[in-house]
Amino acid sequence: MKKYDAIVIGAGHNGLTNAAYLAKAGLNVAVLERNAYIGGATVSRELHKGWTYTNCSYVCSLLRPEIARDLELPRHGLQVVPYGGGVTFKRDGGYYGNYYDHNRQYREMARHSKRDANAYERYTADVMKQTRLIRPFLLKRPPDPTSLKLRDLRDLTEFAGSFMEMGEEGLADTLKFWTKSVGDFLDEYFETDVIKAHLGGTGVIGTALGVYSPGTAYVLLHHYMGDVDGNVGSWGFARGGMGAVSGALAKSLLGYGGEIICDADVDQIVVKGGKVTGVALKNGDEIHADVVVSNLDPKRTFLDVMDAKDLPADVVRKAQNFKIRGSSGKLNIALDGLPTFNGLDKSSPLMLGDMHFSDSLQRLERAYDDWKDGTWSKDPYVDMLIPTQTDPTMAPPGKHMMTVFVQYAPPKIRGGEWTAEDKAGFEKSVIDQIAAQSPDFKDLILHCETRTPKEIEAEVGLTEGNIFQGELTFDQLLFNRPFPGYAQYRGPVGGMYMCGSGTHPGGGVMAAPGANAAREILNDLRQPNIVPGGYADD
Amino acid sequence: MSAKSDDTMMLTTPFHSRVKEACGLNCWGNWMGYTTPNAYEDVELEYFAVRSTTGVFDLTPMNKYRVSGPDAEAYLNRLVTRDVSKIRVGRVGYTVWCDDAGQVMDDGTIFHLAENDYRICAYARAIDWFNWAALGFDVSIEDETAEVAALAVQGPTSCATLLAMGLEGLDQLKPFGLTEFEFEGETLMVSRTGFTGDLGYELWIAPHKAEALWDRLFEAGRPFIIRPFGTDALEMARIEAGFLQAGVDFMPAEEAVRNGRSRSPFELGLGWLVDLDKPVFNGRRALLREQAEGSRYRFAILDVDGNKPAQHSFILKGGKQVGTVTSAAWCPTAKTNVAFAQIEMPHGAVGEELVAEIYYQRELHWTRVLAPCKVIESPVFNPGRRRATPPAGF
Amino acid sequence: MTDNYDAVMVGAGHNGLICATYLAKAGKKVLVLEANATPGGCAATREFAPGYSVSSCAQWLNQLHPAISRDLALEQHGLQWAAQNLPSISLDEQGKHLSLLGNKVEGANVSAEDRAAFVAFHAKTEKYARLLVKAFEARAPKLVESNLTDRLTLIKLGLGLKMMGRDDMSDLMRIILINMYDVMEESFDSAQLKGLLSLDSLLGSRMGPRTPNTVFGYLYRRVGETLGNNGQALVKGGMGALGEAMAASARAAGVEIRLQSPVASIDVEADRAVGVTLAGGEQITAPLVVSNADPVTTFQHLVGFARMETGMARRVSHIRCKSGTAKLHLALSGLPQFTGLDDAQHGARLLVAPDMNYIERAYNAVKYDEYSSAPALDISIPTLHDATLAPAGGHVLSAIVQFAPYAPEGGWEAHRETFMQLVIERIAAFAPGIREQIISSQLLTPADLESDYRMSGGHWHHGELSLDQIMMMRPFPGATQYGTAFDGLYLCGAGAHPGGGVMGLAGRNAAREIIKRGAAA
Repeated sequence: MKKYDAIVIGAGHNGLTNAAYLAKAGLNVAVLERNAYIGGATVSRELHKGWTYTNCSYVCSLLRPEIARDLELPRHGLQVVPYGGGVTFKRDGGYYGNYYDHNRQYREMARHSKRDANAYERYTADVMKQTRLIRPFLLKRPPDPTSLKLRDLRDLTEFAGSFMEMGEEGLADTLKFWTKSVGDFLDEYFETDVIKAHLGGTGVIGTALGVYSPGTAYVLLHHYMGDVDGNVGSWGFARGGMGAVSGALAKSLLGYGGEIICDADVDQIVVKGGKVTGVALKNGDEIHADVVVSNLDPKRTFLDVMDAKDLPADVVRKAQNFKIRGSSGKLNIALDGLPTFNGLDKSSPLMLGDMHFSDSLQRLERAYDDWKDGTWSKDPYVDMLIPTQTDPTMAPPGKHMMTVFVQYAPPKIRGGEWTAEDKAGFEKSVIDQIAAQSPDFKDLILHCETRTPKEIEAEVGLTEGNIFQGELTFDQLLFNRPFPGYAQYRGPVGGMYMCGSGTHPGGGVMAAPGANAAREILNDLRQPNIVPGGYADD
Repeated sequence: MSAKSDDTMMLTTPFHSRVKEACGLNCWGNWMGYTTPNAYEDVELEYFAVRSTTGVFDLTPMNKYRVSGPDAEAYLNRLVTRDVSKIRVGRVGYTVWCDDAGQVMDDGTIFHLAENDYRICAYARAIDWFNWAALGFDVSIEDETAEVAALAVQGPTSCATLLAMGLEGLDQLKPFGLTEFEFEGETLMVSRTGFTGDLGYELWIAPHKAEALWDRLFEAGRPFIIRPFGTDALEMARIEAGFLQAGVDFMPAEEAVRNGRSRSPFELGLGWLVDLDKPVFNGRRALLREQAEGSRYRFAILDVDGNKPAQHSFILKGGKQVGTVTSAAWCPTAKTNVAFAQIEMPHGAVGEELVAEIYYQRELHWTRVLAPCKVIESPVFNPGRRRATPPAGF
Repeated sequence: MTDNYDAVMVGAGHNGLICATYLAKAGKKVLVLEANATPGGCAATREFAPGYSVSSCAQWLNQLHPAISRDLALEQHGLQWAAQNLPSISLDEQGKHLSLLGNKVEGANVSAEDRAAFVAFHAKTEKYARLLVKAFEARAPKLVESNLTDRLTLIKLGLGLKMMGRDDMSDLMRIILINMYDVMEESFDSAQLKGLLSLDSLLGSRMGPRTPNTVFGYLYRRVGETLGNNGQALVKGGMGALGEAMAASARAAGVEIRLQSPVASIDVEADRAVGVTLAGGEQITAPLVVSNADPVTTFQHLVGFARMETGMARRVSHIRCKSGTAKLHLALSGLPQFTGLDDAQHGARLLVAPDMNYIERAYNAVKYDEYSSAPALDISIPTLHDATLAPAGGHVLSAIVQFAPYAPEGGWEAHRETFMQLVIERIAAFAPGIREQIISSQLLTPADLESDYRMSGGHWHHGELSLDQIMMMRPFPGATQYGTAFDGLYLCGAGAHPGGGVMGLAGRNAAREIIKRGAAA
């Protein structure tokens, strides 16, 4: 039986990142992947001949540049191309666009409201203030406020210090920001429905909350945390789809001497005498290692591949109570050509980015009401992109690939499993919404892959199909992620670690959890740290 | 139906046809989203037109807000730091406005057009803040940036030019005064204001008369050697005259992301614009506190040794960094090397000697100079003709 | 011009009276000005039909701080209890009701596991509520500009948190941020129990069980119990009698109270409050002005936005204070018969909150400024304990109704009757014969509560009790710790820390702060 220094369960981007760092540090590492292919939720797959679908995650901004550089991902084939624009199509036939050029953006907003266009400057500054507070902590383990260890106290002091600098009112504003809803937050700046809706959508992406649920302002922040080449808050495509990210990570890992074993479905993490000794596969094989790292979400980790008898009772309870809600689905569509939208010129840069149809916060909130009622939104919120306008590799010339992230979709329909009829109804609600603003859309569809939370869970293994491996609400962030007492990547059992998006700083293809976990593992193994800290914001 | 996406493309001013024709260098910049010339023919000639004959500058992109209604004066008095009741009808006042923390959001001019009717000209966009400031007042605020075309006519022969254009009696207009004329059936408003520190006027008119105004002005001004000037020449003139610019010499308070990057009027040398006797205005409480506890910075105009502009320089005192330069230029008329600097207290008092660390490059070779400099009391250019009414002959 | 007062209090609500009394006891000459004809503010009794009176705003008493009650000697000044320690009963259309008092749950649909789980839940949340009491009994500490007092409070809170033990500490930090729905799902099986507890977490607010912050709402409510008020209590003569007792106590301490004297403005000179002007034109000067009015009324309408700096006016305009709560009053010819309740149980607190999804759906409507088609209700029949409120044989039913919007489309007059009938219909589902007993009915919408009790948005708490509007954020940054940007102007109402609910701490804390600062000045 083969023995490794470390085993990583799951070849998602965080598992690969974690393994790459361990391998780079000289450890003998294997990544075990249940599927026949790697990537987890960062995959590109040819599901329709000639078309590459980036069928789970679909845009790239949060991937830490420190890691991309350190693991030489560009040399291994990763190219992230920023996309311009973004647009929300209105029901009345109009639209609101988001240009990257500052002055053009001003004029576009001013077309709807001069006051909003001006308020956007204050809004941007205020969001940046909050972003700058969090960004330095992305590539750090979160300090434990209940601990008296020197390292925790030092980190806490640093954290507290950046708060204190803001002054009494600034600090209160920060606390308000973290606890209020994205809807209330936007209402304090803007008067135009479509502008609020365009900005507010990011406050609920991947989250089973509505735009008027307290705590969603932070989710909005999470999406502003990334940057493309130092352009904070901007987003881009991975050339070739998100599979390019996992592909480059895998090459990097292999380059450092690591191994990836596909079709290796882990049945259980084996624990003896309070320490891990390896894993048992479903096929009966056992693989030994003193370090086992789980890239799986906290529920799968503690309730599925670990045995309750090996775990302290509080961990089982905390895993059960961990909130990881399916709230979204996805449509991946092969198109015969570029559709027309609301009279928008096909060459408009607005179409290069994220497109939406929810033109008021009220529509967004009502979409959430359907989810609460246990069904998919009849009038969903979609985050739709056509990356083939930017990336020539994903569809035949002149043809297009469309990725449509859809919210809300519950993990179960009123307590029961999704049926084929439900799935068809879900798909129809999305297609109809798009077609209402795009007369030629339906005729251009060549193939459509529809994924409800059920399919996402079945394929990727994300519980309930939650894209962030757990809600990004404040009770599950920082030192509470995934749960209090276990937020520093160490599991409750010797040699067991977590490295998925269910740990700090959360999901969105950042690769930071994987890197942070590697740092802690190397620390425990008394190896020198090779994992980079974050670049300082200027 | 929605507008086409190109509606959001770069804007041009109503003078654009004429500006374009005059802009031989084809050297354009972007001012608040408007295509504006950095220079027309020759920056030096343009600068000296302002200082020696007449220079014309298209200032249409300047943000203009109309404030009217029964509470207009009370509103403005709460908004800005100075006492607006002292700006009579037909007068213009320079002022700044602050947030509650006493940090400058922008500077600008208030035109008292008529009873309860004002125009504010500002560098930065401000409609959001101006509307918030209207809470509790019966006042209406309109952004009229695009509805008013404006030209600055600046220089020793500017008055003669405008008189020749038929603006009779303009020579009687005092500095910071404003008056109106009829121009081809439209109202032409003229104020004796400017951003060059010289004798000069600003002309305000409805956009559809902009081209006609330009043509008449240049025709009348030909004997007085009239010439359009761009933003590069303006930059030289405003530094020479000691004028600050938002976004360059200070960070508009609400746009500042980093702690401590904004400045109070005291810290910008604009304490003279602050009337702490007014019962309430934005920033008053904080400014009272600052007055009692002291400021963090001091604005200094530096007379820098040598002829290398101290752009982006650190200011040193005894080898220690005590400040940074925000604007710098060699001033051709005053023959002085001037820099505006933010100096940490207690440094920067008038007369204090400091050192500017200047880097300059010639033929790809970088040189570092430690130039002695001295804090001076007032701007280096301030001619008598700027104030005389009627303006003396040129 | 009258000017021999040390302090003028705007509003004779319970917090105003409490604050005034403490100030008077500290030797200050205090004048309380009240717009209405009776003292007490939301502690009011009004005749809504000939011979029928009701606690027209607050209907139960369960939060009043016992130390305040003692300090003001309220019972000596006439406070009498009509009933105490009343259980809460969650109604079931089939008559399978659930009853809750203290840590005991009883009912046909409650399992032994749930009963045991509730005992544990009750004990745990009591610990958390005790920590809140510590935070509520002091001014909200500043964090950056903290002085010794603030640091002591912070140390006390920190120690309190540590003393709970690591597990409870992290549990509290987790659940305080989340919603009642999830905590209920984690804790219990009984839909009825979960419904009842979630209704408790959001009464008076504009939140549903799934809204994060509702756990805080629940703990806030549990503060009353932690202070020793077991179950619900009814005041003899209605809540107005509490107002009268407080007024009597205040007068005994030397406070002068002028009723029907609405304040038109709080007068400021530059940064100082100098007095008030009454609607009749009379000016009263005083070095101290204390406002029991809500922050929006105080700053927007009484001081006036024009008198303050823009950033502050903007902060005031961002306070969320739109209520989602209405009240229904029925004058009845006899005791209504609720299916499955015995006579004594009719005197309990009766709730229509069959399950959490029911409440959540009721809440959905108010998000869009619509009213619930099936609202959740908190019903009291006070006449079972207090015959003074109705003619012999007659009864009064008073119900708190969740949810009704502040401003429905088309205005309330277009909807009032429909909504009232809808609420009555809901009650009739549990008390089938009630329609025939109705002599008169009254619906108080949030807009009515706003105009009757001068609370902006009609909100009980003078501003939503959500995490972004509590502690050092209440009522808004820059006006915490009862003092304001104006020297001599203080807040003492529910809009200030810790909030409302006839607890009285805002009033007492404000008085302490005023006295302390007075000594320092």
